[in-house]
Amino acid sequence: MKNLYPILIEALQVLIVLVASPVLVGWVRALKCRAQGRRSAGVFQPYRDLRKLFMKDIVLAENASWVFRFTPYVVFGSTLLAGAIIPIISVDLPLAATADIIALVALFAIARFFTALAGMDVGTAFGGMGSSREMMVASLAEPAMLMSVFTVSLASHSTSLSFMAHSLLETSVVLRPSLAFALIAFALIAIAENGRIPVDNPSTHLELTMIHEAMILEYSGRHLALIEWASMMKLFLFSSLGVSLFFPWGIAGPSDPLMLPLAFVALACKLALVGAAIVLIETRLAKMRIFRVPEFLGAAFLLSTLGMLSFFMLE
Amino acid sequence: MLNLDPLGLVALSVLVFLALASLAPFLASRQKTLLAMTFLGSALASLIALSGGFLSVYQASTTSMIMPVGLPDLPFYLRLDPLSGFFAAVVALLGFLVSIYSLGYVKSFVGVRSITPLAVFYNLFLAGMLLVLVADDAYSFMVSWELMAAASFFLVAFEDENAKARKAAFIYILIAHIGAILILLSFGVMSGSASGFESFGSYTFSSMRMNAASGHITPAWAAAAFLLALFGFGAKAGIIPLHVWLPEAHPAAPSNVSALMSGAMLKIAVYGIIRVSFDLLGVTQWWWGGLVLVIGLVSALIGILFALLQVDLKRLLAYSSVENIGVILISLGLSMIFASFKMGALAALAMIAALYHILNHAVFKGLLFMGAGSILHGARERNMERMGGLIHKMPWTAPLFLVGCLSISSLPPFSGFASEWLAFQSFLLSPSLPSPILNLLIPLGAAVLALTAALAARCFVKVFGVTFLGAWRGPSNAHVHEAGFFMKASMTGAAIASLALGIFPAFVIVWMDSVPSMLVSGTVQAESPFGWLWITPVAPERASYSAPVVFLGILSFVALAYLLLHARKTAIRRGPIWDCGFEKLTNRMQYNSTSFAMPLRRIFGFLFSIKETTRAHGNPNASPMFQERYIYNLKVRDMFWYSLYKPVSDLSFWASKKVGRLQHGRIQIYLLYSFITLIVLLMFS
Amino acid sequence: MSQHLAAEINSVLSALILLSAFGLLVQRRIYGLLHIFAWQGVFLSISTAVVGYSAGLHHLYISAILTLALKVFALPYILYVLIHKLKIKKEVEDVVNVPTTMLIGIALVIFSYHLTAPIRELSTLVTRSTLAVALATVMLGLLMMITRKKAVTQIIGFLALENGLFFAATSATYGMPLVVELGVALDILIAAFIFGIFFFQIRTTFDSLDLKEMEKLKEED
Repeated sequence: MKNLYPILIEALQVLIVLVASPVLVGWVRALKCRAQGRRSAGVFQPYRDLRKLFMKDIVLAENASWVFRFTPYVVFGSTLLAGAIIPIISVDLPLAATADIIALVALFAIARFFTALAGMDVGTAFGGMGSSREMMVASLAEPAMLMSVFTVSLASHSTSLSFMAHSLLETSVVLRPSLAFALIAFALIAIAENGRIPVDNPSTHLELTMIHEAMILEYSGRHLALIEWASMMKLFLFSSLGVSLFFPWGIAGPSDPLMLPLAFVALACKLALVGAAIVLIETRLAKMRIFRVPEFLGAAFLLSTLGMLSFFMLE
Repeated sequence: MLNLDPLGLVALSVLVFLALASLAPFLASRQKTLLAMTFLGSALASLIALSGGFLSVYQASTTSMIMPVGLPDLPFYLRLDPLSGFFAAVVALLGFLVSIYSLGYVKSFVGVRSITPLAVFYNLFLAGMLLVLVADDAYSFMVSWELMAAASFFLVAFEDENAKARKAAFIYILIAHIGAILILLSFGVMSGSASGFESFGSYTFSSMRMNAASGHITPAWAAAAFLLALFGFGAKAGIIPLHVWLPEAHPAAPSNVSALMSGAMLKIAVYGIIRVSFDLLGVTQWWWGGLVLVIGLVSALIGILFALLQVDLKRLLAYSSVENIGVILISLGLSMIFASFKMGALAALAMIAALYHILNHAVFKGLLFMGAGSILHGARERNMERMGGLIHKMPWTAPLFLVGCLSISSLPPFSGFASEWLAFQSFLLSPSLPSPILNLLIPLGAAVLALTAALAARCFVKVFGVTFLGAWRGPSNAHVHEAGFFMKASMTGAAIASLALGIFPAFVIVWMDSVPSMLVSGTVQAESPFGWLWITPVAPERASYSAPVVFLGILSFVALAYLLLHARKTAIRRGPIWDCGFEKLTNRMQYNSTSFAMPLRRIFGFLFSIKETTRAHGNPNASPMFQERYIYNLKVRDMFWYSLYKPVSDLSFWASKKVGRLQHGRIQIYLLYSFITLIVLLMFS
Repeated sequence: MSQHLAAEINSVLSALILLSAFGLLVQRRIYGLLHIFAWQGVFLSISTAVVGYSAGLHHLYISAILTLALKVFALPYILYVLIHKLKIKKEVEDVVNVPTTMLIGIALVIFSYHLTAPIRELSTLVTRSTLAVALATVMLGLLMMITRKKAVTQIIGFLALENGLFFAATSATYGMPLVVELGVALDILIAAFIFGIFFFQIRTTFDSLDLKEMEKLKEED
C-alpha cells in the first residue's frame, strides 16, 4: 500500500491533466462569452469538439511527409509527459524527479519545435509564417522564463518542481517583492507561450493575425484533435505550474492522502480564478501588432530581472 | 618500443597516420585504392587513438615519455593525462566517423581531380591534432600546432581552382599565424618567468606548472600569459571577433574536412585554453573567468544571430560553430570563476558542462556537416533558398540530419540538452559565490545563454524546414539522389552516438569526472540514490534530470496515443493543399530562409549592417502596389569584417606601399642599406 | 506593527518605486507617464510614513503628506494642464529605443548596488537595503532625461530623479530635517512653475517643444 500510493497519485494526476484540461478551456470560453454578452456553448463544449475531430477522417496534403504525420503524436506525448511531472495535487510525485523546471521548459520546446517543422512541411506561406513567428516569440520568451525560474529558485534553493512547491509551503507567509515580480513575469510568459491575447489569438482564423493557428492550418481529423488537446493541456499545465510555484497552499504534502480531496478542491478553485484572470485580460486588451510582442516579452524579462535583483538587494 | 598504455596507443595511431600520409603519393596513380587505403587506415588509427584516450580518462592515468627527436638537447616530451586523453577521444571519435564518411564522400572527387593531396593532408591533419594533445613541452606543442595548421590550410585550399577557396585559405592561414604568434609569446612568458629569459631550459610544461604552483610567477606575468594564450587559442577557436576565417573556410573546404575542422580542430583550441589556464598557470583571479564568460556570451549570441541570417548551409553551420564555442567558453568561464574562489565541486560541475558540450558538439556538428555534405553531394546545392522537400528524395539523410538539429537545439532527450542543462545548473548555483556583484551579474549571463539556446532552436527549425520540408524551390529536382552506403552508415553512427550521449549522461559524467578532479580537485556526484537513471549533480533536492525516463516517457505516450487511435479505422485521404482555400500556390510562395529570419532582422537589426532594397519592374506609371515584378535585394554583412579587419588590411597595404619606396632595384642602394645598418649597430652596441 | 514587518513593507515599496522608475522609462504615452509618476509619489509617501512610524520620527508624517499633496496631486495636475494647453503630442519620442534603455537601466541598478555596498555594511538602519534602490531611481531619472526628446518628458525625468533623492534621504538617514524638506518641496513647486513658463517661451520661439530646436541656438561655425 505504501509503495502503491505514489504510483496511484501519478496515475491520478495524468488522468486529471487529460480530463480537466478541456474543462479549463471550456470554462475560459464560457466565461468570455458571458463577459462579452454572448451565449456560451457550455463548459463541456471542448469535449464535443474533440470527439467530433477524433471521429473524422483525415485529409492529408499531397506532399506531406512523415514529419507532418508524426508531429501530433510527439506534441501530445511530450505535453502529457510534462503533465506527469508538474506536482499539481501532491508534492509526492514519483516522476517529478524526472525533470526539473529547466527540463520541463525543454519538454514544451520539443512540442514547439515539431509544430514549427510541421508548419513548414506542406510548403504554404501561412505555415512558414506561423513557424517563423512562433519561434520568434518562443526565443524571446526563453530568457524571461529563465530569469523567472532563477528568481524562484533563489528563494527555494532548488529547481526541482516538487521541492520548489514544498519549500514555499514550509515557509511562513512573507512579503516578497522578488516572487511578486517573478509571478507577473511568469504570467506574461505564459500568455505568450500559450498564444493567448494580446500576443496571439487562439480563436482567430484571419490569416495575417495568427501565429499558432497558422502552423496547424493543414491538420484535420485525429491529428488536429491531438494538437488541440495538447494545447489545452499546455494551458492547463502552465496555469497549474504557476499556481503550484507561487500559491502552493492546499497542495497535499508528502504522504498525506487525506489532503488529496482538499487539494483537488483547492486546485479547482485556483484554476477557476486563473481562468477568470485570463478572461479579464482577453476581454480588456486587443491583440497587439506582431512587432510589439518583443516589447511585451522585454517587459517580462525586465520584471523577472527586477525580481532577481530585488532578491539580492532587498531580501 | 611502444607499450600499449594509453599514450602508447595514441602514439601508435599517430604513427599510422604519418605512415598513411607518406604512403599516399606512391599510390597516386591508383586513386580508388588510395581512397580505400587512406580512409580505412585512418578509421582504424582513429579507433586506436579512441581506445587510448578513453582508457586514459577512464583510468585517470597519466603516462609520459620522452622522444629523442627534434633538435639536440631539445627532445619532445610527450604526456597523456585525463585532459588530453579526453580531447584525444573526442578527436578520434569524430575522426573515425568522418573517415568512414569520407570513403563515400571523397569518391565523388575520383576521376574529377586527384585526391592525393586530400589523402596526405587529411592524415597529417589528424596526426597533428593528436600530437598537439600529447605534447608536453612548448617546442613540440608549437611544431605539432603548426603541422595541424598547415595541413588544414591545404585541406581548405583543396579545390584550389576556385578563387573563393584560395581566399578563404589565405584568411585562415593569416589568422592562424597571428594566433600562433600569441601562443608562442604566451609560452615565452611562462617559461621566461620560470628560468629567466636568457635560457630556455624550462620549455617543458612540467617546469611551467611547477613554477606557477610554487608562486614564482607574478600575477601580472601570469595575467599576460593567460591573455596571450586566450586570444591566441581564441583565434583558432573562432571567438568573436577573431571568427572571420570560419565562415569562409568551412564552406570552401570539402565537407568531411569541415566536419573535422569544426568538430575537432576548434576543440583543440579550447584544449589549449584549458591547458594553459587551469593546468599550467592555475586560475587564481576571478576576472579571468569573467573575461572568458563574457567572450563566450558575446560569441554565442552574435554567432547564432549571424547563423540565422545565412542562406548558405555550410556558412550557417560555421557560424553555429562560433555559437557553440561560445557556449563551451561560457561553462568554462564559470568553472574558472568557481575555481578562483576555491569552490571545487561547483568548478567541477561547470567544467563537466563544458567538456560534455565539447563532446556533444563534436558529434552533432560532425553529423550536421556530414549531412550538409550529403546534400551537397546529392543535390549539388549549398544555397538553402534553392532547396526544399529533400525529405522525399533523401529518406535516410533527412531523419539523421533531424537528429543533429534536435541535438544542437538542445532538446531532450538528445545530447545537446544534457550539456545545456548542466550549464544552467552551474549558473543557478552562482548565488553561492561570495561576491555580491557577481551574484547580480552572472544570472544575466544565464539569460543570454537561454536566449542563445532558443535562437539555436529557431535557427535549426529554419535549416531543417527550408532544406528538407516543403517543396523544391529550384527548376527541377530530378538530379537529387540519396547518399551512398558509407555516408549513410557514418551519419547513422553519429546520430546514434548523439542519442546515446543524451540518454545516458550519468555514464558519460562518471567517465569524464577524472578530468575536473585533476584540474580543479573537485568531482561531480553524478549518480543519484536512484542509480544511473537520474543525474543529480548537486543533490536530489536541488535538481534532477532523467533522460532515460524522458525518452521512454515520450516514446510510450506516443506509442499509446498511436495504438489507441488506430484501434478504430479512420481513413487517410490525400488531397491538394488547403492553404485557406488558396488555389494558385507555387513553390516560390513558400517561406524561405530569408523570410524566416525576417523578424529577427527587424529585432536585432542594429547588430548587423543590413542593406535592403526593393526595385519594381514594369510599367513606371502603374501604382507601386501593382507592379509586374519586384526585385528584392538583401545584403547582410559581418560588421566585424568591415569595422575591424578592413581598416587593418587597408593600413597594412598603405604601409607596404610606403615601404615599397625603399625598393629601387639597384644593388648599390641595397648595399648602402646594409652599410648604414652596420654603422648604426656599431654605434649603439 | 513590528520593526521587521515595517522593514518588509518598506522593501516591497522600494521594489515598487524601482518598478515605477522603469515604468517611466518604457511608457510611451505622456498621460501614462503622468500616472506612473503619480503612483511613484504614492509609494514614496507611504514608504515615508512607514519609516516615520517605525522610527518614531513624527516629522516624517508631514513629509509624507507633503509628498502626497505635491507629487501625487499638484505636480501631475500642473503638468496635465500644461500638456493639455500646449497641445503636446501624446507620444513620447525617444533618442535611444526602449529595449536598449531598459538594458542600460538594469546595468545602472546593478552599478548602484555595487556602489552602495560599503554603505550597507556600515549602516545599521532597517531601511539600509533600500539605499541602492534610491540611488538607482536617481540614475534612472537621469537616464530618462538623457534619452527622451521632448521637454515635458525631461521634466518628469527630473522629478523622478528628485523622488529618488528624497527616497535616499528617508532610507539612509531617516529623512532630512523638516525645514530642509519644506524648502526642497517649495523649490520643486517653483521649479515646476518656472518650467511651465519656459515651455511657453520655448514654444513661442520655436513653435515646438522638441529640444532639438535648441541646437539652433549655438553659434554658426
